[in-house]
Amino acid sequence: MRGGLALRHLTALLVTLFALLPILFVVSAALNPLGTLSSTTLIPAGAGTGNARRLFTTTSFWTWYGNSITISALTALTSVTVSALSAYAFSRFRFRGRRTGLVALLVIQAFPQFLAIVPLYVIFSTVSDHWPAFGLNSVWGVVLLYVGGQVGVNTWLIKSFFDSIPRELDEAMLIDGASHHQAFLRVILPLSAPILAISALLVFIATINEFLIASVFLTGDDSRTLAVGLYGLIAGERNSTFGMFAVGTLLTAIPTVAVFQFLQRYIVHGLTAGSVKG
Amino acid sequence: MTRHLTAGRETAPSRPGHEPPRKDPGRPRRGWPTSVSGVLARLLVAGLLGGIGILAASPLAAARSWTGLAVVAVATAAALFVYLSPRRPAAKYLIPTTFLILAFQIFPVVYTMSLAVTNFGDGHLGGKQDAITAIETASVQRTPGSAEFRLTVAERDGELVFLLADPARGLLYAGDGTGLRKLAPSDVTLGPDGRVAAAEGHEVLTVAQAAARTGEITELTVPVPGGAIRSQGLSRAYQGTAALRYEKSCDCVEGDGVVYRADPEQGRFTAADGTALPQGWKVTVGTDNLTSALTDPRVRGDVLGVFGWNVFFAVGVVVLTAALGIAVALALHHPAMRAVRLYRTLIILPYAMPAFAMLLVWRDMFNTDFGLINWLLDTRVDWLGTPSTARASVLLAQLWLGFPYMFLVATGALQAIPSDVQEAAQVDGAGPWQRFRHVTLPLLLLSLAPLLVSSLAFNFNNFNGIFLITSGGPFPADDPAVGATDLLITYTYRMAFGQQGAQYGLAAAMSIYVYLIVAVLSIVSFRRTRAFKEVDR
Repeated sequence: MRGGLALRHLTALLVTLFALLPILFVVSAALNPLGTLSSTTLIPAGAGTGNARRLFTTTSFWTWYGNSITISALTALTSVTVSALSAYAFSRFRFRGRRTGLVALLVIQAFPQFLAIVPLYVIFSTVSDHWPAFGLNSVWGVVLLYVGGQVGVNTWLIKSFFDSIPRELDEAMLIDGASHHQAFLRVILPLSAPILAISALLVFIATINEFLIASVFLTGDDSRTLAVGLYGLIAGERNSTFGMFAVGTLLTAIPTVAVFQFLQRYIVHGLTAGSVKG
Repeated sequence: MTRHLTAGRETAPSRPGHEPPRKDPGRPRRGWPTSVSGVLARLLVAGLLGGIGILAASPLAAARSWTGLAVVAVATAAALFVYLSPRRPAAKYLIPTTFLILAFQIFPVVYTMSLAVTNFGDGHLGGKQDAITAIETASVQRTPGSAEFRLTVAERDGELVFLLADPARGLLYAGDGTGLRKLAPSDVTLGPDGRVAAAEGHEVLTVAQAAARTGEITELTVPVPGGAIRSQGLSRAYQGTAALRYEKSCDCVEGDGVVYRADPEQGRFTAADGTALPQGWKVTVGTDNLTSALTDPRVRGDVLGVFGWNVFFAVGVVVLTAALGIAVALALHHPAMRAVRLYRTLIILPYAMPAFAMLLVWRDMFNTDFGLINWLLDTRVDWLGTPSTARASVLLAQLWLGFPYMFLVATGALQAIPSDVQEAAQVDGAGPWQRFRHVTLPLLLLSLAPLLVSSLAFNFNNFNGIFLITSGGPFPADDPAVGATDLLITYTYRMAFGQQGAQYGLAAAMSIYVYLIVAVLSIVSFRRTRAFKEVDR
């Protein structure tokens, strides 16, 4: 038994090491006073805030940061709202085309959205001409685009959770004379907090990491996101800007961790609920 | 109050138009709320929908875009109808999803498919007339004795405009990329040097502003019959004649003694010796793109190789991440283990790091000269330079990114396995390995199955995972079109937006194949993982 425990610890230690090494490398690069890739080692030779200062003064880092957080948060909120509405319809109503609709959602979302960049660009340049607030370089334009790309998956995820809530609960409310809206808002939504949280978290993470669509639709310096901005930082000359890039990477992790912490009480439950059904 | 009891009940599925007759004649119309607040809320939403419709329509009406106006009108009417109709309670909840999917999924997919039957791409972007204009303006040369103008560079609605004065004939023009317009002398103020100093509706650029846009100014050609006007410096322009000219009678382009005949099948002008002019036009090529992926031996060879690696990559990532995730979850899942929370927090960390940035960090860790891997191993291997090491590298990076999530879910699933199942197996005399092999693992995999399936579908098209590390490379010297780590999706991406001439039509055809593969993959696997049973629940 002793040997078994030691083996467990050894496994856990090795895997922890594997998980931490690259992060340590990034931390070390961020602190590295020289700020170059070639001089970065695992244990920093010294510590300085020069990279951070360089990042904040020579680039529009905080603008990118604000854009990323705004876009990711709006996408997560909109996506969860819209998906919860359609999940409710699919879970609680029986109507013609329901089965077709569900299967269609599954099949349509298999199309990788960014392969359709040319048609999407056509849409957006038309929209830009008429409603600049929703066109190229606009927050709401990409938010709607991201939501449109993820609403199918999230509908499925949330619907399977709704299905696990006993129907008797909301039917009791309907019998008492409440409307569907009231049953949805007062019974279904509060009981589904875990899956709504996990769905919002997954959308948030996917959006803040999205690179390709953002690089096509958000090109203005004021509208760039972290992914586009940081990529631009090391796209050309990699060696000398690596320290700045590392600082940016670590700062980008903060909103993800914050959202994760904020939603954590729901998450372990929600993670299993999303995958372990029935 | 609204009542759709039948609609929500499993045993008596309601069908639109088949509602049971109302028993209570004193009640208001089915579907309309009776309370004041209910009616107000509904009117508010209806007003909001109408307002959005009107807001969306007004710029379209101003621009006289009748098609767009019709689309907005139909969409608003449909939304209002669904929202106010008492018949279909479910449809109300589906409006936003339906609109979003139509605009951002279905339209792009259909549009892509329509491009797949064309030769759309570099040199085949517009119509035939655009191609002819482009050919003629590109061949403009200055000839002795050609007309000269005094040039003033101006701007109109953000576009560059040439304001031209012809002192010899006393005529004034404004010209841009679309053509030449005459200006009325009353709208124009001439400067002392005979150049236009100001013109109604135009904003004249200062010398500094114009100098900053020299590139654009040099590029701008104003097409005129038989040639084009170009700038020479910032204050002069000349009219040149086109060396190549389109002849309607023979549907060909002539110049320098060569005749380029229009080839309506390829969408370009070809000479007798087979040389073609670079500017062509978009034509429908039918199923050529779709079949060439299967029949053209070079394309087929590339696609088959890429497909094989793509399947290996997707399956490999799922197996590796699941194996490592489950292994750690099992190692930590023991009552006597200490520091489980600490381990868990640290192991989760890769999941919290931004994936796009960490992929770029991995790329640099594999760097030959100063990468961390070579530094740790004290080697000088060009990891991303040879096919096998590059493939191992992208798998390793993906394992690092993916296993924490598997670990998290496996931990939850392990805790959900009831202990009496384990105890029953123990009572029956099963050893630890047998208990794992025949009890724990099957239960674990059952609950992980949906995640494994979605992970497989995601990694099949894991664009970032390849593109940010290797960009599909390393590329063999003789065939730069396909690299050793290319997935179908990165291969297609390079075909559509790559540097060596975009072949968007062919790429669209390829993406249809990718789409079919993934769609079939997700249908088959969802069918196997009970998801389809839920459809019928």
